[in-house]
Amino acid sequence: MSRKPNDQTDFIHSEEFLRGLMKRQLRLSIACASAFLLLLFGLPLANYLAPALMATRVGGFTLSWLVLGVLFFPYVWIIAKWFITRSIALEAAEVCLAARKNESPSNH
Amino acid sequence: MDFSQINPWILALSGITVIATIWMGFRSAKTSKSASDFFVAGRSVSVGWNASAISGEYLSAASFMGIAGMVMSMGYDALWYPVCYACGYLFLLLFIAGPLRRFGAYTIPDFAEGRFDSPLFRRIAVCFVLFIGFFYTMPQMKGAGTTLSYILPGLPYWVGVVVVGAVITLNVALGGMKGITLVQAVQYWIKMFAISLPIFVLLSVYGGYGKNLSFNQSGGPPAIERSAGPAEHARKPLPEKAPKDEAWIAPFGPLTTKAAKAAGLPPEEARPLSLLYTYSLIIALVCGTAGLPHILVRFYTNPDGVAAKKTTMWVMILIGVFYVFPPIFGVLGRNFMPELYNATGSKGPDKVVLELPTLLGKHSVLGSILSGITCAGAFAAFMSTFSGLLVSMTGAVAHDIYGRMLKPGASPKERMRMFKIAAVGVGGLATLLGTQVELLDINFMVGQAFAIAAASYFPLLFMSAWWRGMTMPGAATGMLGGGILALACVTLTSVSDIISKTGQAAALKAGTAWTPDALTLFWKGHPLLRILSEQPAIWTVPTAILLMVLVSKATRAKVPADARMKMLVLHAPEALGLKQEYIQEHQGTGH
Repeated sequence: MSRKPNDQTDFIHSEEFLRGLMKRQLRLSIACASAFLLLLFGLPLANYLAPALMATRVGGFTLSWLVLGVLFFPYVWIIAKWFITRSIALEAAEVCLAARKNESPSNH
Repeated sequence: MDFSQINPWILALSGITVIATIWMGFRSAKTSKSASDFFVAGRSVSVGWNASAISGEYLSAASFMGIAGMVMSMGYDALWYPVCYACGYLFLLLFIAGPLRRFGAYTIPDFAEGRFDSPLFRRIAVCFVLFIGFFYTMPQMKGAGTTLSYILPGLPYWVGVVVVGAVITLNVALGGMKGITLVQAVQYWIKMFAISLPIFVLLSVYGGYGKNLSFNQSGGPPAIERSAGPAEHARKPLPEKAPKDEAWIAPFGPLTTKAAKAAGLPPEEARPLSLLYTYSLIIALVCGTAGLPHILVRFYTNPDGVAAKKTTMWVMILIGVFYVFPPIFGVLGRNFMPELYNATGSKGPDKVVLELPTLLGKHSVLGSILSGITCAGAFAAFMSTFSGLLVSMTGAVAHDIYGRMLKPGASPKERMRMFKIAAVGVGGLATLLGTQVELLDINFMVGQAFAIAAASYFPLLFMSAWWRGMTMPGAATGMLGGGILALACVTLTSVSDIISKTGQAAALKAGTAWTPDALTLFWKGHPLLRILSEQPAIWTVPTAILLMVLVSKATRAKVPADARMKMLVLHAPEALGLKQEYIQEHQGTGH
């Protein structure tokens, strides 16, 4: 990029860019966090409201033990994997956007 | 000292772990040359190494031995510990890892000062790094001391503390962060091997994970399973002190109902309190993970933001796989070593990981080798967590106190020399403190460190990264307020527990009936308050965030003038080069 260091009037220094950037990042993070919190806070609630169901035996495990002691980990890995793929793509898109807008400042 | 009791395999394998650690330290000392190597490993650690190193650092004595002991003595509720330890990383990844890394600073105090342009805030943050660091160091030291006296019966407790303290202090002083990265990465794999291999062997002998859990049913195991297999592989009868099967396997067991039980509440009134306890525990562990300073400092050792994210992914996989195993030790221990329930703490369920392999025959070669491997893993656990803590505390002293406050113009050479001096000083002090904590409970102390970190660092990092309106007074009030509230609560709980325990012991000795002290009686009358004091995260974390918002709004004029630029650096992709620009500007204006 051929900008002068003190030139702060271009697109990437604009309020518009920062707001859009943070909003997109936060939306992705919150979506992933919701999926995670759903299970994290949902499991104690399920134990509380449906103890009989959660005590059902599955291959020796109680359902609740199976979810917490084993299945929780792969569930979190899936969320993490999805987040990483999406956030790397998001960064690449931001770089493209900034480059495009900086080249044609009249467009914004 | 009775040498006939010493198992040569245990001694040999533990010795190899210690010697290999020293050797790696010397080897890496040759390649660690610059100040940057010492503080952030030259910012060039590859994803695989860094992920192994973070995992190695993270899996402490509490993870290696404590979780198995907790699952054995408290059952289902203790499963939240490994799950939240592992999943707290997701929170780091989602909200903190990226911005922190892009901002690029050596330490958390660097971030604190950089974000708010306030040297005062750096000082506050340094104090907190050191405080949480020492708090978290003591249980590691205690683990080392008790394990060494287990391996060499008759050896005094302090010897283990001094051995581990000296080895790690030497390593950190020689190689700094770069040296310790290699050591910790190798130690992760030692621990993983040490926890999984004995489990595979034991499960192949005693039946699968599910089968062992199926023994724990109200009314005893089904007749078919009881008769399956040789007689010596049937479950042993539980002693009086062990929790009953239905309470152990079901949620809301001994851990979460303790306060309600002490108050004598009927089960239907106790259950909502147990639910509250569970939620508060989850919040403390998840937010605490995202706020432990020695874990955070590692994010700066990645070459770029994408690598930092990939590292977190691998850390989650590495520690997730690890954390499946310790509860299995607890389950097997309950079924086949119930005699451990008769003792408490490090003589009881806490040593189930070290004891369990001896089921295969105390003097058989296989049993001895497996015991040796688990002991070596335990050693790797104290050493690697202590190394990480020592690096982050030494960094705080050498970089933040010396390099920024006492002598800002210090040359890189002087700063490196100071790093070595600080490592010896901090390591010595931590060792000294470690020799004094023989009577404290490992898991409990780790829990306290998490509760404090959850209410101080986590709100600070989360809010600073995502809210532009934060001011220094707001950040400081929230962090200190939350941290001090959490500290006060956990201290109150532990002091009250110590008083009631000593009271009970004295009454037992004198043969008289125990008259509960005032605080114990108060807890009996107010089980809700007891839970909120024992597990304060559910209200201290929101309080800290609320304080930050309110005070920041009140001191709106103090929002840093270039807040937008700071937010850009925190959030814009590194490819845009805003970071370099920001540094140039700051140097230009005399920073």
